[in-house]
Amino acid sequence: MQTNFTPEQLQNPRVAEADAILRRCVHCGLCTATCPTYVLLGDERDSPRGRIYLIKDMLEDNAPASPEVQHHLDRCLSCLSCMTTCPSGVDYMHLIDLARGYVEQTAPRPFKERFVRQLLARVLPYPERFRLAVRLAPLGRPWLNMLRRFGLKQLAAMIELAPPVLPPSPKFEGPGTAATEDERRARVIMLAGCAQQVLRPGINDSTIRLLARRGVDVTVSAGSGCCGALTYHLGDEASAVAFAKRNVDAWSKELEKGPVDAIISNASGCGTMLKDYGHLLKREPEYAARAARIASLARDVSEFLGEYELGAPKRWSSLRIAYHPACSLQHGQRIKEQPRELLSKAGYSVVDIPESHICCGSAGTYNIMQPEIAGELRDRKAKNIKRVKPDLVAAGNIGCITQLTGQVDVPVVHTVELLDWAYGGPVPRGLEGLARFVSNVPEPKQRRAEDFIHA
Amino acid sequence: MTLSRMPEPDQAVLDRSSAIIKDLEALIGVDGVISEEEGRRAFEADALTAYRQAPMVVVLPRSTEDVSKVLKYCHRNGLKVVPRGAGTSLCGGALPMADSIVIGMSRMNRVLDADFVNRTITVESGITNLAITDAVSAEGFFYAPDPSSQLACTVGGNLAMNSGGAHCLKYGVTTNNVLGVKMVLIDGEIVDVGGAYPDAEGYDFLALIVGSEGQFGIVTEATLRILPRAESARPVMLGFSSCEAAGQCVAAIIGSGIIPVAIEYMDRPAIAVCEAYAKAGYPLDVEALLIVEVEGYEEETTRLLRDIVDIARSFDPKVVEASTSPEHSARIWKGRKAAFGAMGRISDYYCMDGTIPLGRLPEVLSRIAQICAEHRLKVANVFHAGDGNLHPLILYNANDADEARRAELAGAEILRLCVSVGGCLTGEHGVGIEKRDLMDVQYTPSDLAVQMRIKSVFDPNWQLNPGKVFPLSALEASRASAAADQAA
Repeated sequence: MQTNFTPEQLQNPRVAEADAILRRCVHCGLCTATCPTYVLLGDERDSPRGRIYLIKDMLEDNAPASPEVQHHLDRCLSCLSCMTTCPSGVDYMHLIDLARGYVEQTAPRPFKERFVRQLLARVLPYPERFRLAVRLAPLGRPWLNMLRRFGLKQLAAMIELAPPVLPPSPKFEGPGTAATEDERRARVIMLAGCAQQVLRPGINDSTIRLLARRGVDVTVSAGSGCCGALTYHLGDEASAVAFAKRNVDAWSKELEKGPVDAIISNASGCGTMLKDYGHLLKREPEYAARAARIASLARDVSEFLGEYELGAPKRWSSLRIAYHPACSLQHGQRIKEQPRELLSKAGYSVVDIPESHICCGSAGTYNIMQPEIAGELRDRKAKNIKRVKPDLVAAGNIGCITQLTGQVDVPVVHTVELLDWAYGGPVPRGLEGLARFVSNVPEPKQRRAEDFIHA
Repeated sequence: MTLSRMPEPDQAVLDRSSAIIKDLEALIGVDGVISEEEGRRAFEADALTAYRQAPMVVVLPRSTEDVSKVLKYCHRNGLKVVPRGAGTSLCGGALPMADSIVIGMSRMNRVLDADFVNRTITVESGITNLAITDAVSAEGFFYAPDPSSQLACTVGGNLAMNSGGAHCLKYGVTTNNVLGVKMVLIDGEIVDVGGAYPDAEGYDFLALIVGSEGQFGIVTEATLRILPRAESARPVMLGFSSCEAAGQCVAAIIGSGIIPVAIEYMDRPAIAVCEAYAKAGYPLDVEALLIVEVEGYEEETTRLLRDIVDIARSFDPKVVEASTSPEHSARIWKGRKAAFGAMGRISDYYCMDGTIPLGRLPEVLSRIAQICAEHRLKVANVFHAGDGNLHPLILYNANDADEARRAELAGAEILRLCVSVGGCLTGEHGVGIEKRDLMDVQYTPSDLAVQMRIKSVFDPNWQLNPGKVFPLSALEASRASAAADQAA
C-alpha cells in the first residue's frame, strides 16, 4: 500500500517502523473476515484493514489522535486473529502497539476512563493488591446497577468479573527452586505471573508438579513479576518497559548461575509478551541483547511439554474436553496443535469448538474496558462451546478461564491442571464432581522372565 | 495510478452534504451513518488501492427496507450511490466518488434459510462467500464458486462481478449457481427476480443482473444452489521446465474429456512467493507448476488422477506429486488461494484478469513477459489455466509514481493482447474503473451503446455506481446523441 511520509517523518524510528509495516499491506481485506469486532459490528473502521488505514492517516497527518480514531483503536482486542489470516505478513501487532502509544500521548481521555486505567495498572500486576481488591469486590456488588447508571460501566464490569471466593494461596510461591526428585533432565525458569496466581494458584502448582515429575527443575526468580503486557496494551509503554527490564534483570542473574533450557509461561497472554521482549527493549542499549536472549528462551508450557515424552498417564478418563485455543496462544504464539495433542495423549477425548479462531472477549483488560463487545463475544463463544456438549473446557490462558467460568454450565480449567491430574496430581479445583469418572490406570505387574515359561 | 479519469463531483451536492447526512441519520439511525473524515477515508479504496477517493458519506444498512429507504432518498435527491460488499474488488468496483453515498452491505450477513431437499440456500448479500459453505458443510454441502478472496468477499460482490474461482472449471461461475435475488431498484422498489426453482417465467432478467457491477440495483438477498460435497477430492502437482509444456498439458487434459475441478497455473516467481508463505512443498526448480484437482468417489478420484498423470507424462514433467492426505491438499491449496496476498510480502502488485483461448497460452505468456520487460517491471503469473483466465501480477513500487504509471501502461497492453488473440478483458474480476477505458478495445461503439441503453432502463439518471464500466467518452457521446435526438 502506498504511504505518504516525508523524509523528516521517516527520521523518527517509530514512524519508519510503521511505514515498513504499512507498506506490506495490500488492502486485500482477508483480515476483515476473521476479526471478531468486524464480524460483530460490520464496520470497516472496526476491522484490521480499517484500523490500519486509520493509523496510517493519523501518523501521516502527524496530528493528535481524533476521538474517532481513539474509539476504534480502543475497540481492537489485540487478539491478532488478523495476523494468522494475513497472507502478506503484515505485522499488525507492532503497528497497533505503536499506535496505542501514539494515541495515549496525543489524545486526552475523560477522567472516569483515566481513573479505571490507573486503577487497573496499579492493582492488577501486584498480587497482594489484587488479592485485596478481589476480596473487596463483593462490597460493590449491590451497587452494580447504580454504577452503570452513573456511566461507570467499566468499574461494574470489574466487580462482576471478580470471583466470589478466592482459592487458597499456591503451594509454591517462590522465589526459589522446586527441585525435581527424578533424575535432572532440564532446568527452567517459570514466570509466576501476577493476576493468575491470585485467581487460580493451582495452575502454577500443576505446572511445577508436572515438570518436576519429568526431571525438570523449576525456578521462580526473585525480583521477577508482571510481564508488562497489561500496561502495554493500555498504551503505557514506559510502564511496560519498566516491568520488562525488571524481569530481564532477574532472569539474567538466573542465567549466570547455570544453563537454563527455557523460560516457561503458563499464561499465554504473558508468553506472547515475553517472546516480544527483544522488540520491546530493542532501543535500550543496556538491555537489547539480554532481552533478545530471554525472548528466544521463552516457551509456552504446552510448547515445552510437547518436546517431552510424558509417558503413559496414571489416570484414565472418558471426559470430553472442549479445547478453547486462547488467541494469544493460537494467533500470538501460533501454537495450535500441541495443547490438543498433550490432552489427547493424556487420555482425554478432545473436541474442537466451532469458530475457534474468534476471541472469547477476555483479551487482557478488554472485558473491563469494553464490556458490551466483550459480553457479546463471550455469549457467542459460550453458545459455540455448548454446541459440542463437553464435560469441561480447557484453555491455556487465565483471562479466558475467568471470562468463560460460569457461562458454559461446565467447569473451565487450565490445560496443565488436566495434564497434572492425568499424570498423578490432585483433582483440579472445581472438578471434584467429575472425579468419579476418572479411574487409576492399573500398574503393570512386575513379571520375571520365569513367568513367561509355562512348563 | 490515475489513467482513468473520474467524473467531476457535483459541487451543489457537496454543498448540501451536512443536510444529506442528517437526513440519512434520520432514515436509518446515527449508528448506520459514517460521516467524519477519518471514517470516510477508511472506505476510499477496495483491493485496487491505486485508485482512491473518499465518499461523501457511508451508510451501513441492516435490512432490505433500510436499503430501500436510502435508495428512494438518493433517487429523489439525485445522489450518486456506490454499493460495497467487503471491499475486496481488484478492479475498483467499490471505488467511491467524492459526491457519492457508499452503501456498505457488511451488516446484512445472515443465512435466512437452508433447504437441503431442494439444495438451495437463501442468504443476505453481505454474507461472505465462505460463510455460505460453512453454514451447510455439516450437512455435507458446499457453495461452488470460490474466488481466492472467498474468506472475505461477499456474495453481493460475487453477483455484481459474476465472480469465478479455481473450482469454476467444473461448476461454473456465479451466474451458474444463483437461482434468484431480492433487489432494490434505484427508486427504492423491492423486486424479486427468479426464486428457489430452476427456471423463472418470462425473460431471464437474472442473467442480466448477475455481472451488472452494481449498476442496475442493490441485491440484498440471494437464493443460491448448493451441492453435495464429493466423497473425495485430491490435487496433483505437475511441474514443467517450460510454460509451453505446461500449456500443452492443460490443453491435452481438457481435450481428453476429463473435467477436473480445477487446473491452476503458477510460474516460477509465483511458486517461490507462495511456497515461502504456505510451505506447501511446491517444486522450486520448475518454470511452471500446474495444480490439477479431481473429485468424486474414492475410486473415481484415483482413476482420474492416474489418467491425468498418464497424459502429463507425454509432456516430460519434472515433478509429479499427488496429495497424500487431506492436510497435504489443504496446504497445496493454501498457497494458491493466498497467492495475491502472499505477493504483498515482496511487492505491491497490479493484478490483471484477461481471458484467452487456451491454445494461445504459451505465446501470450511470452508476450506478457516481453511487455513487462519493456516497461522494466517484474511479473508473476498465477491463474486458472483450465478456463484460460489469466492473472498476471505486475510487481511495482506504489511509492514510486513513475513505476506505478508504467505498471498501469503494461497492464493495459496485456489486456489489449488478450483481446487481440480472441480473448476478453475480464474473466471474473469485472471491469470497474480499472478496465473501463479499455472497453472500446473489445466492443464497437454500437456494442457499447446497446449496453448503455440497457443500463438506462434500470437506472435512467445513471446514479448507481457511476463512472465505472463505460468509457467516459462513450458515455458523453451517447448523451450528446440523445440530446440531439431530442432536439430533432
